[in-house]
Amino acid sequence: MNPTVQALRNKFQGAIGRAAVSCGDTIVYVKAANLSEVMVFLKEGPDQEYNYLVDITAVEYRDPERPLEMVYELFSLARRAQLRVKVELDKSEELVVDSLVPLWNGANWLEREVYDMFGVRFAGHPDLRRILMWETYAEGHPLRKDFPLRGRFSRAEQVRQALNANPEAHYSMEEISIAEAYHEIPAEMRERLARGERGKIAEPENS
Amino acid sequence: MGLDQLKRTGTESVVSSISPNWVTTRLDFLINWGRSNSLWPMPFGTACCAIEFMATAASRYDLARFGMERMSFSPRQADVLLCAGRVPFKLASVIRRIYDQMPQPKWVISMGACASTGGIFDNYAMVQGIDTVIPVDVYVPGCPPRPEGLLYGILMLQKKVRGETLADSSLRDEDELNSQGLRLPPSLVDELSEPFGNSIHQTRSG
Ligand code: SF4
Repeated sequence: MNPTVQALRNKFQGAIGRAAVSCGDTIVYVKAANLSEVMVFLKEGPDQEYNYLVDITAVEYRDPERPLEMVYELFSLARRAQLRVKVELDKSEELVVDSLVPLWNGANWLEREVYDMFGVRFAGHPDLRRILMWETYAEGHPLRKDFPLRGRFSRAEQVRQALNANPEAHYSMEEISIAEAYHEIPAEMRERLARGERGKIAEPENS
Repeated sequence: MGLDQLKRTGTESVVSSISPNWVTTRLDFLINWGRSNSLWPMPFGTACCAIEFMATAASRYDLARFGMERMSFSPRQADVLLCAGRVPFKLASVIRRIYDQMPQPKWVISMGACASTGGIFDNYAMVQGIDTVIPVDVYVPGCPPRPEGLLYGILMLQKKVRGETLADSSLRDEDELNSQGLRLPPSLVDELSEPFGNSIHQTRSG
């Protein structure tokens, strides 16, 4: 097992949960509340230097009792060491974790993807809005287990919404303010964009 | 002359007012011969099918033999919209806009299972057949179709073009969205998008 796990236990004690080795990779569970400080330690701490954030993703298991897991894949380029940090989020509560953008700029889009697909919110993220689905997508978060494979709306409704979307409406605020589509997006959305508030989408009724 | 007719090209509105006769059929033959042998494709390649399309255009299969050597990357200079690959809902408005920007006469080839029916992607993100978005002239089956398959589809389109007549100006009517913002009735879109084949057995959750 990666010696980092022991170092983490010594420093953070109760904040570190179980650890395991899977296919040669070390996995360590961390409490959501301590994620930021653990990550700062892993990135900057002596003998750690996990300076490369490889990926951020999430897993939801079919078993509804099991919590949703955030997965952070770290790599130390200097030491050639790998570490996978997981955070368990109770699905009965609000899904929030700290954003890692202050630590790694590259976390920006990765966290947006997790938000888009799983609905996990990232506290402190500078631009939390959908990245794969479009801004006005109202069917929910597609990779959640309670999301029907073919979406929540009828095919006709999906095609109607798709056809009536302005191709330019997927742009960011900076792009869209100079695009023709700016005046065609709903006024309410324009307002939200102007306030820098993004990605808030009404959840569908039957979710 | 109604506004509708004004939108069509001059020759066609004049000819369409004459009943089909020897002159118009000869003229048809000449024009269709020209059109069918100089179809300029607008490649709309979104996925793996586009790779096969490139193979078709390259030297071994050589699309140029059929008058298609000039890929038209501007919709305004294209005759055929060649949709090669799956189209997600996010691209539906884009392909629709490209189609609308093409001048008449225009045709559409839907290449591959995904473009024609949604293929293996019977999910929340994918258009289940581009015919729910734009009218399609020729469907080429396969995943992906072999270059021979695509060439056969192109030859079929040429045959279709050769069968057209200037006397029927409705061929050049623009496809417009109805009041519901769709080009087909909603029930028909639902019916076209019904799961079929293996996708019936996919697990439905929720
Ligand atoms: S039909 Fe097959 S080859 Fe073509 S885009 Fe779909 S999956 Fe790819």
